[in-house]
Amino acid sequence: MRNYILLLLIFCSIASMSQNCDNSLSGKVTDIHDGQSLVGVTLTIANTEQSIQTGLDGKFYFPKLCNDTYYIQVSHPYCLTKGYKVRVFGNTKKSFKLEHHVEELNQVTIEGKAFGENSKTVLESTLNKEDLERFSTGTLGNALNSLSGVSSLNTGNSVVKPIINGLHSSRVVIMNNGVRMEDQRWGVEHAPNIDINSIGNLTLIKGAAALQYSGDATGGIIILESPKVAVKDTIYGQTSISGISNGRGVLVNSKITKSNLNGWYSSFQGSLKRTGDTEAPNYLLSNTGVSERNASIKLGFNRFDYKIEAYYSIFKNQLGILRASHLGGAQDQVRAISSPTPLIINDFTYDLNAPRQDVTHHLGRIIAFKELGKHGKLSFQYDYQQNNRLEYDIRRGDDRDKAALDLELITHTVQSNFETNKSDVIHIKSGIIGRYQKNYPNPNTGIRRLIPDYTKYDLGIYAMIDTDISESLILEIGGRFDYTHMNVYKFYRNSFWESRDYDVIFPEIVVEEFGTQILTQPKLNFYNSSATLGTTYSFRDDYKLFFNYSLASRAPNPSELFSEGLHHSAARIELGDLRFNSEIGHKFAITLQKNNKNYSFSIQPYINTINDFIVIEPVDITETIRGNFQVWEFRQTNAQLIGVDIDASYPINEKLKLNHQFSLVKGYDRSRDKPLISMPPANFKNEIVYKNSEYNNFRISLQSNYVFRQNEFPNNNFDVYIPQTETYELVDFSTPPGAYHLLNFNSSIDFKTSKKTILTAGLEISNILNTSYRNYLSRLRLYADDLGRNFLLTLKLNY
Amino acid sequence: MKTVKFLSTTIFATALIFSCSSDDESTPEPVLEEEVITTMTITLQADGQADVILQTQDLDGDGPNLPVVTVSGDLSSNTNYSGSITLLNETEDPAENMTLEIEEEDLAHQFFYSVGSGLDAETDYNDADSEGNPLGLDFVLSANSASSGTITFTLRHEPNKPNMGLEDAGGETDIEATFDVSIQ
Repeated sequence: MRNYILLLLIFCSIASMSQNCDNSLSGKVTDIHDGQSLVGVTLTIANTEQSIQTGLDGKFYFPKLCNDTYYIQVSHPYCLTKGYKVRVFGNTKKSFKLEHHVEELNQVTIEGKAFGENSKTVLESTLNKEDLERFSTGTLGNALNSLSGVSSLNTGNSVVKPIINGLHSSRVVIMNNGVRMEDQRWGVEHAPNIDINSIGNLTLIKGAAALQYSGDATGGIIILESPKVAVKDTIYGQTSISGISNGRGVLVNSKITKSNLNGWYSSFQGSLKRTGDTEAPNYLLSNTGVSERNASIKLGFNRFDYKIEAYYSIFKNQLGILRASHLGGAQDQVRAISSPTPLIINDFTYDLNAPRQDVTHHLGRIIAFKELGKHGKLSFQYDYQQNNRLEYDIRRGDDRDKAALDLELITHTVQSNFETNKSDVIHIKSGIIGRYQKNYPNPNTGIRRLIPDYTKYDLGIYAMIDTDISESLILEIGGRFDYTHMNVYKFYRNSFWESRDYDVIFPEIVVEEFGTQILTQPKLNFYNSSATLGTTYSFRDDYKLFFNYSLASRAPNPSELFSEGLHHSAARIELGDLRFNSEIGHKFAITLQKNNKNYSFSIQPYINTINDFIVIEPVDITETIRGNFQVWEFRQTNAQLIGVDIDASYPINEKLKLNHQFSLVKGYDRSRDKPLISMPPANFKNEIVYKNSEYNNFRISLQSNYVFRQNEFPNNNFDVYIPQTETYELVDFSTPPGAYHLLNFNSSIDFKTSKKTILTAGLEISNILNTSYRNYLSRLRLYADDLGRNFLLTLKLNY
Repeated sequence: MKTVKFLSTTIFATALIFSCSSDDESTPEPVLEEEVITTMTITLQADGQADVILQTQDLDGDGPNLPVVTVSGDLSSNTNYSGSITLLNETEDPAENMTLEIEEEDLAHQFFYSVGSGLDAETDYNDADSEGNPLGLDFVLSANSASSGTITFTLRHEPNKPNMGLEDAGGETDIEATFDVSIQ
């Protein structure tokens, strides 16, 4: 393989001519993952065969070079060889980054990432395979939570939605193996349909700067990639089994990868998880079990100048929602909130009863890359997604076992991306994307459709240019335009239709009248522009200053437009608005980063101003035959989020390291001059890690997580009349719970069981002190405490 | 050449996907809500007295219109009324009698009667579920001295049975309706 690359490099560089040859090329080779210097890396200049090795500090020096373009091969025993084109002009400095994980490497020029770096002017946070494996029994949301600036919106412990810098749901785009997840993210209780065990690498971009993925990620973009496969003759795998004490559950996960030097590779991964009712420190949380079955398969062919890959994954998740959270009207809420323990506590069971969710997500993708030599790189991708969501409620009679919500969302996407280097310093990415989506709400539920029938067409184009103005300054600029058309069939209740004056505003969209309901056909168009502008300035060897402005435009989602009626699982009436337009976000982010062996930190302040921000808030109480219900209405306002994320890590010595994180975000409704609802409270994480690579990779860590009380919140409490006692009672669902502090422990050790197998044993204890606490961002905080202590024992065999 | 082929495939595939979706699909059918209770009618009967009918009707369910509450007349003092409750789903045509569903699932339901402080009246269950606990579709209302006040009917789904009353009944509220009544 290496020879092949060298051959090509030689071939490419025949044109190089010698002249004025007193210059030098120097720099450093580092690990792309942790920035550590790599020792013993061989650098070879293609046409001269000049070859040197890096020293202990990872530095190298080539004397006597001409002002010319050189092709340099960089190789290391534990890294796959990479080729670089370097332009030498005077005494030039250039640093190289290698991937230091031999078993998850990819082809040389065709990177695992679909198109190189995501954004050059925003600091990306990443979790690698090793980090992710520590969360294998949890959810994607749990893993993301370990990054600064990310918190989660929970419904119990199994529905965990990421919040990035205060924003969530449709404002967070998740790219799963190059596919934008279309899994009905609009609902608060809809978690991303992703198996964390299928992911090999996670990248988080706070904000909308990575326009190649989307223009509507006001909150941020999460990029997930399956583990990369090296082009060599090998077969390897991993099987792990975990026991989970809280929930008395088990997780089995296995993956196997086979690859050949001729370029063919395949990998298969599957996981099974089953847990029963979980426990808070003082009581059982009835009906909180989970049953999850996932599998993914990847098949590809990777040659030097092209690559074809097919990927398919299925995610099937059934989960119970805390029984005591299912309520009638406001009177029931008064009872549930005032009770110190959940109103319903049954004996432990593995059964998943109503209320529960049953979600299946199929995802398939075919991607092809082609290197066009000096013209650049072209890719084409088609992907298909099918999401089925069934939600079961407490029902009566013949409907008892019938789903209350039955939605099928099908998405087809085609896209083509083109990447090219205009010169050594100008790099261009561009692409076009088309998407067709259809939502089918099954009418057999016997409950009015929560999300209407619709078909949606999207067309997007983007271009991004980055240029190295000097060795230390990068400028990036990009733009994107998206057109969205929605063709909807929506039934409205006559009473709502008239109370909103829609009969006056939209008389032309009525298709047919059915007694108390009318069928309408709204056709909506959204034209969204988004843009990014940023710079990165490197100074004093290990400092970087990032500045980025991004403009994001998001079309309202079907829930925001069309909600109309009782949302049973939330015990509230939710009303959308057909008249909404796109929300427009402007985010300014500055990051100061220092990354070096002795001390590294990053400080990321930001300000995100969002016009026509769509927020749902309680506005009223309405009386129905079932009692009084809160009415939550979506409205558009001008919002502003200001915050800062701080990361720091400090190695005390080679084995002992301290990690610190602090995140703060403040969100305000500028039109009403009030705080925004459900903003994450400030939190502070401190961790001490001991790792000894000489002693079986023994790793032990203790983490403290302090979450402050959210002191800024809109007061939406209301009084409700209780006829039985003839009194007015306060329904307090606004006041945030108190601050809390959790301690978590994690340890692992490797044993070499044979020449080619390694057994890793891990023990994790979360919430060591069994602290009773409630999380402001958990929908169930009104009714029950969060999870108590949990022991997790994992045995993992790498072969 | 390869590039051209690649590009043309791209365009062709895009065209294919976008062309196979046509707009002339049939329109969706309306959903008739099957388990909604729109109407509760309470009939109070006593020998030699006119029937008193208490009714709450909420035809748009959780829509913006409020329930319409009617009371047909006053109760007579010192009279024992026998009361019966009928539940209807009037979103269907003909209306579905939901009382039958409650009778079928008698173990999972119970009515409660709360007499407001101004009203001099008492209530007592006059039926039982299959395990001998009260269900409350039939009851006795004793109207004592002349007075006026409220009476509230609450239907709980999946309550704890037996119970001492609403305080420990738990479950979820399926119906809650308050009527202003007078005893003459």
